[in-house]
Amino acid sequence: MTDGILRRRLLGLYVALIVAILYVPMLTVGLASISRSRFFMFPIRRTDLKWYEDTFASLQVRDALWTSLSIAACVALISVTMAVFGALAFARYDWKGRKLYQQVLLIPVFFPQAVLGLALQLWFNSLGVQMSWPATVFAQMVWIAPIVTLIISIQAYGYDGSVEEAASDLGASRWQVFRDITFPLLGPGVFSGFLFAVLLSWGNFPLAYFASGADVTIPEWLYGKMIGGYTPMVPAVGFLSVLAGGLALVIGLTVRARLSRAA
Amino acid sequence: MTDLAEKAAPAAEGSGAPALGLAKAPAGFWCALPMLLLLGLGFLAPLLLVVLYSFMPRGSFSPFGSPTLENYVDIVEQNFHISFAWSLWLALVSTAILLLVAYPLALAITRAAPRRAVLLTVLVVAPLFVAENIRLQGWVLFLDKAGVLDGGLEALFGVGTGSLTNNVPVIVFGLVYIYLPFMLFPMILGLSNVPPDVREAALDMGASRWRMFRDIELPLAAPGVMIGGLLCFVISLGAFSEAKFLGKGVIVTVAQDIESAFTFGQNWPRGSALSVLVILLAGAAVFLAMRRLDLDAMLGRSKA
Repeated sequence: MTDGILRRRLLGLYVALIVAILYVPMLTVGLASISRSRFFMFPIRRTDLKWYEDTFASLQVRDALWTSLSIAACVALISVTMAVFGALAFARYDWKGRKLYQQVLLIPVFFPQAVLGLALQLWFNSLGVQMSWPATVFAQMVWIAPIVTLIISIQAYGYDGSVEEAASDLGASRWQVFRDITFPLLGPGVFSGFLFAVLLSWGNFPLAYFASGADVTIPEWLYGKMIGGYTPMVPAVGFLSVLAGGLALVIGLTVRARLSRAA
Repeated sequence: MTDLAEKAAPAAEGSGAPALGLAKAPAGFWCALPMLLLLGLGFLAPLLLVVLYSFMPRGSFSPFGSPTLENYVDIVEQNFHISFAWSLWLALVSTAILLLVAYPLALAITRAAPRRAVLLTVLVVAPLFVAENIRLQGWVLFLDKAGVLDGGLEALFGVGTGSLTNNVPVIVFGLVYIYLPFMLFPMILGLSNVPPDVREAALDMGASRWRMFRDIELPLAAPGVMIGGLLCFVISLGAFSEAKFLGKGVIVTVAQDIESAFTFGQNWPRGSALSVLVILLAGAAVFLAMRRLDLDAMLGRSKA
């Protein structure tokens, strides 16, 4: 028995270690952002918040923030709308091509994003579509909408379809059934899907890099600076981006917990 | 008619659709249509265009020239297959390490009490929402000369590590770090299909831990483990940020070659031919695995 306890302790230690390692880069970025000197040296001699002041004053960063947020909002809204129906087709209805559809849907998720981004760039070029933030919305949707569909599908598997049948037996129209029964039942899944879509879009680099042309998202702005000339604004913007994502996640999960308790 | 079909459709039980629902249930197809259009226009069509371009003469900017194989010959003759081999090697090694690293973690999360499991899951997912170049930059600042590790050790003990970036192992480390969540989640889905009492029963009946793992746990968890491995293999095959930031150019991956063919090189057909190699390899791996998976069972059961 003591053997079992020891094993459990070791496993617990291992888990704690891995989780700690996952957050090392975020903490390092946070540290680097408050170092006064232009090149990061540890231990930090003098701390300074001037890189944050520069960040808040920078018009480039403001533009990039705006671009990132617009893309994330559009990707999430459109993906979720499509994915609600996509998930019904995935999990709820029986139809002829369903197995094939389920597999086809997974393929973009299982695909190197840089290669997909370049293929999309070639495709947009050939069609004469301008690389821009709307093109990025489309590019990110190819990857994000299937993931959202999977998340909502898990919810769709879990609910009892006989409620829908009862409603339509009692004379509800198809639209009424969808609005009053199906959609509320899918609610928690839809919310999770939306949250995932926003956050995945917010953190996405490769697809935006190839599709956005002159419009620059936050990860692209950072990339440009990392390649072109490091300043501590890189970790400052990076750390703010980490904090923003973390805050959105915490708020989202709290709302989600309320939602599923209410349901 | 559609109302009838909807009534006939059985509750979400997954597989085993009765013929009744199949015959007249267009609802599913209509619901799937927007997604199918998106994937047709945003995935299939661009990839077909890439395939088409890969057979065009060098440096052409139109997909309607006379087809040729010269780009594929160039790949071998101009040693572009080296970057492809590096990518393949990196993907294989990092996937193998990920399998070993993620398995105990997945096991711990599946066996943890529900609240704890949710907390751990959130902690592991959260880094996914931070752009990978930010996280890699964090590692660079941590591992570089005078970075947190080197500077910290130097200050404490007077002996530093020097720079730990700019080599191949650190690229593997970067890949393992970035793709851990992608390995972990399918693995958790797989492991949650192993009923705890079956595990207990095997141990009670005198099976060694190794035998229980080999004969019971692994076969039952196999679909999830396989998906995780596959996902990591395929996406790390196309990775380039790790080699660029952590490796600082010590090697060049195929994705970097593809990118430079499309950008500086202005040779779309060559970039396309290299992409086709990646697409073929990724496609073959995914196709083989997909045929053996029952998604209804995996996703549906994980809920319970």
